[in-house]
Amino acid sequence: METIILQILNGLDKGSAYALIALGLTLIFGTLGVVNFAHGALFMLGAFCAVTLNKIFNLSFEAIDPTRTDFLGNPMVVNTPYVEAWFGPEMGHSIIDWSVPLSILFAIPIMAFIGVAMERGLIRYFYKRPHADQILVTFGLAIVLQEIVKAFYGANPIPMPAPEAFTGSFDFGRWIGFDAYAIMYPYWRLVYFGFAAVVIGAVFAFLRYTTFGMVVRAGMADRETVGLLGIDIDKRFVAMFAIASIVAGLAGVMYTPILSPNYHMGMDFLVLSFVVVVVGGMGSLEGAVAAGFLLGILQSFASMSQIIEFIPGINQVIIYLVAVVVLLTRPRGLMGRKGVMED
Amino acid sequence: MSTKSFSRRGVLKAGAATGVGLALPTIFTGSARAFTNEPGASSVTLGFNVPQTGAYADEGADELRAYMLAVEHLNGEGDGGMLSTFSSQALDGTGILGRRVEYVTGDTQTSSDAARSSARSMIERDGAIMITGGSSSGVAIAVQGLCQDAGVIFMAGLTHSNDTTGKDRRANGFRHFFNTEMSGHALAPILSNAYGNDRKAYHLTADYTWGWSQENSMRTYTEALGWETINTVRTPVGAGDFSSYLTPVANSGADVLILNHYGGDMVNSLTQAVQFGLRDMMANGKTFEIIVPLFSRLMARGAGSAIEGIYGSTNWHWSLQDEGSQAFTRSFGTKYGFPPSQAAHTCYVQTLLYADAVQRGGSFNPCSVVEALEGYEFDGLGNGPTLYRAEDHQCFKDVLVVRGKENPENDYDLLEVVEITPRETVTYPIDHPDFQGGSLGSCNPGA
Amino acid sequence: MLGLNKADLRLFLIVIAMLVFAPILLNPFPDTSGMAQFNAGYPDLMQKLVIFGIFAIGFNILFGLTGYLSFGHAAFLGIGSYTGVWMMKLLTMNVIPALIASVVVAGAVSLLIGYVSLRRSGIYFSILTLAFAQMFYSLAYSVLTPITGGESGLSLSTDDPRIFGVQATDGGNIPVPTVFGLDMSHAVTLDFGAWSFTISTGYYFAAIIMALAFYLAVRIFRSPFGLMLRAVKSNQNRMNYTGLNPRPYTLAAFVISGMYAGLAGGLMVAMDPLAGAERMLWTASGEVVLMTILGGAGTLIGPILGAGLIKYLESIVSTINDSVVHGWFAPLPDWLENTLVTVLHPFIGKGWHLTLGLVFVLVVCFLPGGIVEGGKKLGNLFRRKRSNGDAPTPGTGSTTAEQPGE
Repeated sequence: METIILQILNGLDKGSAYALIALGLTLIFGTLGVVNFAHGALFMLGAFCAVTLNKIFNLSFEAIDPTRTDFLGNPMVVNTPYVEAWFGPEMGHSIIDWSVPLSILFAIPIMAFIGVAMERGLIRYFYKRPHADQILVTFGLAIVLQEIVKAFYGANPIPMPAPEAFTGSFDFGRWIGFDAYAIMYPYWRLVYFGFAAVVIGAVFAFLRYTTFGMVVRAGMADRETVGLLGIDIDKRFVAMFAIASIVAGLAGVMYTPILSPNYHMGMDFLVLSFVVVVVGGMGSLEGAVAAGFLLGILQSFASMSQIIEFIPGINQVIIYLVAVVVLLTRPRGLMGRKGVMED
Repeated sequence: MSTKSFSRRGVLKAGAATGVGLALPTIFTGSARAFTNEPGASSVTLGFNVPQTGAYADEGADELRAYMLAVEHLNGEGDGGMLSTFSSQALDGTGILGRRVEYVTGDTQTSSDAARSSARSMIERDGAIMITGGSSSGVAIAVQGLCQDAGVIFMAGLTHSNDTTGKDRRANGFRHFFNTEMSGHALAPILSNAYGNDRKAYHLTADYTWGWSQENSMRTYTEALGWETINTVRTPVGAGDFSSYLTPVANSGADVLILNHYGGDMVNSLTQAVQFGLRDMMANGKTFEIIVPLFSRLMARGAGSAIEGIYGSTNWHWSLQDEGSQAFTRSFGTKYGFPPSQAAHTCYVQTLLYADAVQRGGSFNPCSVVEALEGYEFDGLGNGPTLYRAEDHQCFKDVLVVRGKENPENDYDLLEVVEITPRETVTYPIDHPDFQGGSLGSCNPGA
Repeated sequence: MLGLNKADLRLFLIVIAMLVFAPILLNPFPDTSGMAQFNAGYPDLMQKLVIFGIFAIGFNILFGLTGYLSFGHAAFLGIGSYTGVWMMKLLTMNVIPALIASVVVAGAVSLLIGYVSLRRSGIYFSILTLAFAQMFYSLAYSVLTPITGGESGLSLSTDDPRIFGVQATDGGNIPVPTVFGLDMSHAVTLDFGAWSFTISTGYYFAAIIMALAFYLAVRIFRSPFGLMLRAVKSNQNRMNYTGLNPRPYTLAAFVISGMYAGLAGGLMVAMDPLAGAERMLWTASGEVVLMTILGGAGTLIGPILGAGLIKYLESIVSTINDSVVHGWFAPLPDWLENTLVTVLHPFIGKGWHLTLGLVFVLVVCFLPGGIVEGGKKLGNLFRRKRSNGDAPTPGTGSTTAEQPGE
């Protein structure tokens, strides 16, 4: 029982990341009709926003401390970050400590800019081209983006600790009537889940309760008619690209304490999030979220040793297996609409 | 790639001139060479094949630094490092057999395909006479096989699986690094002292040759202590998020978690294990413990405070006080500003050992190198008296048991050596059951 | 001749000439010169050029003709490799049975996957093939280790049965792949003054296979079957209305391209008898797509050029380092030299993927027909100029310019 609860928590956690990435992917597809293979790269860029801000906070000046020696016996060079010098050691330390959550503010404008630049600079020329061309050009773009990051930050994963207040685990079990230590879950992962829920809620609320969102939803349903009504749908769609980019970026920012960011994390998540989108139904927002959590939970359960013993290797292929089965039996995915990409 | 400078125009002119001068081409066939890539009179090229991307990229970067340092010292530049403390004084800083040492580098990408491909192009294109490097046993075994077929020497870098000098050993391949059998042997008494003989262990194992080998050795030795193995779970290499493998541990009835991971995998799995509160837990009335059988300072840095008090074994550590270690640390630290890792150490030593074997044997012929290294007894390279055993090309030397420091003084001072297990203890007979099923074959000089 | 029309025959002869003289054409710089690192005439790279050429030719039969974009073809290459190694483990080191088995097994697996995947089209087809390939990769990497060797890759050993050959050589080593007694790794170096050319058995063996594979592809392109495949691409609906069922045709194309991939995989292990799972990763599938598009999808020669270009860039650009670039710009003033080196730095050496990505984006944006289209445009430009009478140097454009693509 404890294990099952824990695996559901794990699944929700993985699912949060999948859902956030897939949400933006399906949004772009639903509104603009573009298959964006560079979407994983946006997730990765978000994570590197956090890395960048952390680096900025850690900019230091050097001073020699003659009382201490380094490993070679020379006087030790001590680095003091500017923030600590300016705001005092304690305040400076907490600023660095909280760099991941603070990166949210930093990442929103940057990701919005990257999203718009990507759409205006490249992708808008591909609206009329076949899907194969869109896949190819965005695939190329994804390679370029990840290589640029690699050129700046190297190939190694960069550890990004969560704020000290969120390190350690929450004894879930004691709280709901199990033994102590039976269900422990790291605080930060709970935060991530909550954060994902808020972002997903915000996107849905935005689309439902604003005029802007209404137009966009109408455009997703029937682009031509909305265009005939004299509404400049394109302008709004650019904004959708920015929103999708922000959502993916934020998913990346908050994921850094869970998984040290590296330049190819975008490609690693890309395939999975595509599968999520397809399982949920291309262009269906609800589908993407539901499928994200569903696949996250399935994947967690498949990693349990009891199940691996029963079906060896299932933890490795479960996601793809689900994708194949869904595509063959329900080609529109779980919640897809008729007529999307069936040509 | 050394520093070849040229102007394009000059080259084209020179090329055209030679072309005109060729009235009667002279034809030499490959069989005129005595062995693969016989070097010319002025220089010799070594191939450094290290992971520059992937889960072991940190290790690879440090290995490359060590190789460049070794090349400097062989060519008589820098402070000479361990050349002065090495028991053999055949090397004199004039390169190898009077030839200047040059090198080419390749990226193994921690994949056997990519590693073989880059080794092949270094041999065929750049004329590398010896290939060395690697930070993964899977890769080391694959490249060792290639070097055997191509007729060049392979000096393994960081590879810890028993198989490298066990069932996959090759005549042209040599390993200085220790292996999982030695790790298990050295760790067992320390673990027994620290944690008692009534423990229940849960293994998470990287799913490839090294992981299996490490798991097997740890099981053998801990079970001999009286520990019980509750479960062994294989995790895919590079999994990143280990949460679904870690969560079942708490309720499995185990009170020790053995992480048979290395590199980036180990950093992730250990930090996540700590995040999941395993170290704050009580199980079976005892404090829950984590063991990392193969420790490295580079990983310790990545995992931060998660390593405090955790036991593991290591091939070498910069804080060792013998003359060789000190000389190497000084030389490396002065050049790069931080102390070398165990990966850097083994790669540096392997390069020196190769050069020395060529010098003593008087030839670059792989068969001469093999002869010079087999059964070779040396000292002064940081691990005390060491033997290159002739039967399996494995080095036998002291093994270090280390523990993560509670209050590190600086960024590098993360591990403390708790025990130096002497060479006699960790030496195993050639017919050890974990090393069966392979044979060296015979040295292959190629062409 | 050979059942080819005049233009195709000329193309075929050009390909053969390129294959025969590759060891010389690819080594234009003297060994001792600094330019020697642009030489590609060493066996490992030449074999790769040819093998990936075969892979891309096959992929083009599916993608170029029918428009179905498979993102999982690397799986067939991997299956071909594993089969090849197993044949060498079980039967003999002669590569012929290994190659035949590779093609057959890859064909059988692609029949299975193609049958299922072709029930969907468009992006759904792409995702299905991707999912299958990833499953093969993940399984090969983990639970199928007894068959695939897992992370270390599947390699030969002296314990293999090899019923029609020797288990180990006289020296106790593993035997090397041969073709009827001729070592694949055997190479002869011819020295002409400062130039040296490596003639290797493995390369010429692969080149012969490539010539056959190319010939077969030309015949398929020009056959009624090829026409039918093109009809699938241009308008499937119309085809349905005429009462023709496109499925058997696309399935046949899928299987043929799978067999080509298997052949390429078999050849890879014939040159270097170790099969690693990484060659099945989805990015490897993406690479063959890049090759085909870069060269020109749907054209005969395009995929070969694309494969050649990418593998050349991979091997050569990735080994250029800063000191080499400094050499190029040495005559310039120091500040300019350093600026240029800094600008170039991210694109060379380890950053060669960036170069590849950029080239690829530019090609898809501005030259959807790939190198072949570029060549044609260039050729037209020259022709137009010539007809205007103001072009003194006629048609020095690339050979591709003369190739009628379809």
